[in-house]
Amino acid sequence: MNIDPVREWQIATVTSVNDESPRVKLFKLDLANETKFRAGQYFDIRLTAPDGYQAQRSYSVTSSPEDSNSIELAIELIADGEVSAYFHEIVKPDDQIELRGPIGGHFTLSPNFTKPVLLVAGGSGIAPIISMLRHRRSSTRIAPTVLMFSVRTEADALFAQELEDMAQENPNLHIIIALTRSESETPDSKQRETRRIDRSMIDSAITKLAEQPARAYVCGGTDFVESIGNHLLDIGLAYHDIRTERFGP
Amino acid sequence: MITNNFFGRKRPEPTRPVPPGQYLEDGFPVLSAGPTPKVDTATWDFSIEIGGAEIGTWSWDQLNALPQTDIHTDIHCVTKWSKQDTDWRGVTIDALLEDAGVEPPTGFVMAGCDGGYTTNVPAADVLDGKALLAHTYDNEPLAPEHGGPVRLFIPHLYLWKSAKWIRSLTFMDQDVPGFWERYGYHMYGDPWREQRYSND
Repeated sequence: MNIDPVREWQIATVTSVNDESPRVKLFKLDLANETKFRAGQYFDIRLTAPDGYQAQRSYSVTSSPEDSNSIELAIELIADGEVSAYFHEIVKPDDQIELRGPIGGHFTLSPNFTKPVLLVAGGSGIAPIISMLRHRRSSTRIAPTVLMFSVRTEADALFAQELEDMAQENPNLHIIIALTRSESETPDSKQRETRRIDRSMIDSAITKLAEQPARAYVCGGTDFVESIGNHLLDIGLAYHDIRTERFGP
Repeated sequence: MITNNFFGRKRPEPTRPVPPGQYLEDGFPVLSAGPTPKVDTATWDFSIEIGGAEIGTWSWDQLNALPQTDIHTDIHCVTKWSKQDTDWRGVTIDALLEDAGVEPPTGFVMAGCDGGYTTNVPAADVLDGKALLAHTYDNEPLAPEHGGPVRLFIPHLYLWKSAKWIRSLTFMDQDVPGFWERYGYHMYGDPWREQRYSND
């Protein structure tokens, strides 16, 4: 394997800011330098105060790698979050943001991987996975894929309409959205699971692949990823075939 | 570049400085490239290889019978969080080498782990009490998601060098990139010089 170059810091320009859910905004940024990345990679953001104080955080790219001149980031407002609060409260189109990337490389999925894939996202853990799915949408060869997406309420289901459109147009893609707050309201037209993702939900999801997934990608909060990772090991997936990304304290 | 309208949060002054680009974290985030492997101390063992020859193997009981060392220190993760005043207990690499009756090696070392994770550091960075095979955190057995039963602990480097679920140390003449290093993370990883990625 070659050593991936990590790009120098560059200045990106915000081109749009949109509410995707009550707690998540989408930011589109034009990159000063064309920057190739793989679906699932992330960028480091660096904010600098006039006194020299700097705050850095990493955010997964949600857009498809086909566009190497701009990226989209989904930023969740974190309680006491310094960088997320800046993005939610201050950032507007035409603002300039310092960033570098791409970073990471293990939690990536190429459209050329055509064996069955299980994707499992908790909350904003959908961010790197939507990039993978967007990239695959443009590919002629699409592997059997199941996405299991756990969110608190319907309103927290980021990219839900786009995901459903993808599943509509591609019989090889199955999407299961699980709402963990039982009181949450869902339009009757939507099929939703109404419990946390458990072993039996995973078992039935895998039946849609017709065979055991060749690889699983799990992204979410620490407890979520620990739980799903344990289920996948119990089911018999090989350790090396389970790729994870965790966030949160 | 000064960021427009960013002034930073009013922060409690840390007891000690934190490395550049880091923020203080009260929790203990978990960053791992895969699931947490199931490791059984009844069958666990740890080995050291120098110059292609295995010089010692230790079972869980043998590890715990060696002299134990406590380290009180701050830890720094490349994902930007630092945690101050953490307490670790384990066995120094020096104690293992002495147990095997072997002189401290030079060159570099590759850590090998359950699940296949690897990471590389200079040999000098795991000697002279600078590193532990740590099995106890905050006076409790090290939790599996944090690398228990035993992780390598090299607190003066970014935490990805402190390989979880450690099973072997392989000393070698040449520096060879490990798991994250092959993805572009820094070969050495000094937080105070902010060596996050290969070109830092």
